[in-house]
Amino acid sequence: MSDFNIHYVAKLARIELSPDEETKLGTQLGNILGYIAKLKEVDVTGVEPTAHAFPLVNVTRPDEATGSLPHDEALANAPAKAGGLFVMPKIVE
Amino acid sequence: MLHRLTISELTGRLARRECTAQSALRACFDHLTQVDGQVRAFMSYDVTDAYAQAEAADRDLAAGVTHAQKPLLGVPIALKDLLAHRGQPLNCSSKILGNYRSPYDATVVEKLKAAGAVVFGRLNMDEFAMGSSTETSAFQTTLNPWDLTRIPGGSSGGCAASVAANMAFASIGSDTGGSIRQPAALCGVVGVKPTYGLVSRYGLTAFASSLDQIGPFAKDVHDAALLTQVIAGHDPRDSTSIPQPVPDYLAALAKNTGPQPLKGLKLGLAKEYMIGGLDHEVDAAMQAAVKQYQALGAEVVEVSLPHSDYAAATYYIIAPAEASANLARFDGVRYGARVDGRDPAELNAKTRGAGFGAEVKRRIILGTYVLSSGYYDAYYLRAQKVRTLIRQDFLKAFETVDAILTPTTPTAAFKVGEKSDDPLQMYLSDIFTISCNLAGICGISVPCGFTKPTETAPRLPLGLQLLGKPFGEETMFRLAHAYEQSTGWHHERSPLG
Repeated sequence: MSDFNIHYVAKLARIELSPDEETKLGTQLGNILGYIAKLKEVDVTGVEPTAHAFPLVNVTRPDEATGSLPHDEALANAPAKAGGLFVMPKIVE
Repeated sequence: MLHRLTISELTGRLARRECTAQSALRACFDHLTQVDGQVRAFMSYDVTDAYAQAEAADRDLAAGVTHAQKPLLGVPIALKDLLAHRGQPLNCSSKILGNYRSPYDATVVEKLKAAGAVVFGRLNMDEFAMGSSTETSAFQTTLNPWDLTRIPGGSSGGCAASVAANMAFASIGSDTGGSIRQPAALCGVVGVKPTYGLVSRYGLTAFASSLDQIGPFAKDVHDAALLTQVIAGHDPRDSTSIPQPVPDYLAALAKNTGPQPLKGLKLGLAKEYMIGGLDHEVDAAMQAAVKQYQALGAEVVEVSLPHSDYAAATYYIIAPAEASANLARFDGVRYGARVDGRDPAELNAKTRGAGFGAEVKRRIILGTYVLSSGYYDAYYLRAQKVRTLIRQDFLKAFETVDAILTPTTPTAAFKVGEKSDDPLQMYLSDIFTISCNLAGICGISVPCGFTKPTETAPRLPLGLQLLGKPFGEETMFRLAHAYEQSTGWHHERSPLG
């Protein structure tokens, strides 16, 4: 899989890898991609894809307000919070 | 010795007031304290909360509540560490969740509690259910109670080991490609993957949403059927949950009467699974099981599942693709551990780099790649089409047979460390269980014998897998039950039991 660029894909996946990890995971993923390439042998002409074994469509509920998690409980696991909000680094200077 | 009982034996004693829910829980904790230092099935357990539930069960029993009303009243049951249990830790055996505690109960936990169960303990697993041995857990490797130098299987290895070592009367796990059936087989207990849509996944940490199902581990088929009965059923909070009534599985078991209880039922052996290289002891156990089924009145015929050879490749595109989307939520923003960064993207990448283990990173990156621009059609869409062919193979086979019989695993439990450096070999240890999830059908693993002890290894349990029609649990349980009752393998207990 010469076109598999681990550095680029890890960036897309928002995972920081050390150079050692890039080397090791890159080799292992190369082997796995080599194995899954065997699907190219299968004739899938005219076959519809399956996303779910039993697709249910338009699953809705009545449009009624129901209870939800209280504010403080929703924030209880936050790594950083202030003023009832999640705290993140600045996006715009 | 209460901890050695099955659920039906325990509920019988509770009903006759021969023991209390608190004494049953104490038996589990006493035994756990003795053996879990070696097995390492539990991540944590909350003794105070568990005894409060057991006391409540004893009050119910004293007030005349029966097991007809609450079928699991007073029964201690443990949970895989990816099911939400209000107020309790939930880590998915990963560092990235930090000190997370669940703010609500999963639907299955609600149902277990409503049925009177004493829900306790967090069971070790492969990180985010990605693995076949518990070796990818960020915290500990669980060991097989039959041989402490071997893995218990995975990803629900803690679930299987806790039941095999009689530390819990049953446990609840999840199965995305075999994560219930494979460890059940390797630890010598019963494990069920219900049909996709039968059990609500609300409160289950999602891995691959089109494949994940929740199911029980139990000491025998009767208990497994009872647990499935309790946790199954439509739930508006899971939009993939099927709105149809749950059949009476115990009534189905009661149909097994007489010397040939399976007369009129037909089992299929998939010729593609009779591959060369099958371990000779696994093969011998299969041959013996076929003879047993014939003696029980079932007809056994050959069927064909022509696309079997492509199941693992299909699975290792679809499951990582879905995982890469599902695990995007672990970003260091709303819960769990955080590693700070100069901007949100750097915070996300550093948090995920530090918080996820190697297997989870491999799968997220693989999933991201197969979904990325330019590769989607070649990998993901093609895999979904092959999935259609795999599913059609099963539906066609089910036109002539009631269930398909396979070994659950190609070998007995392997050694700790034997496959952990070779992800591809680890993936191929799930070869017989993966198709069931892709096809959305149901499956069960039941004990079917042991390997012969050698100078270097004690006897190790083997499992037989039955794959049933979509929503064919009644027949699947009947077939498993008749076999179990006629062989008695389920009476065997691990040395640490």
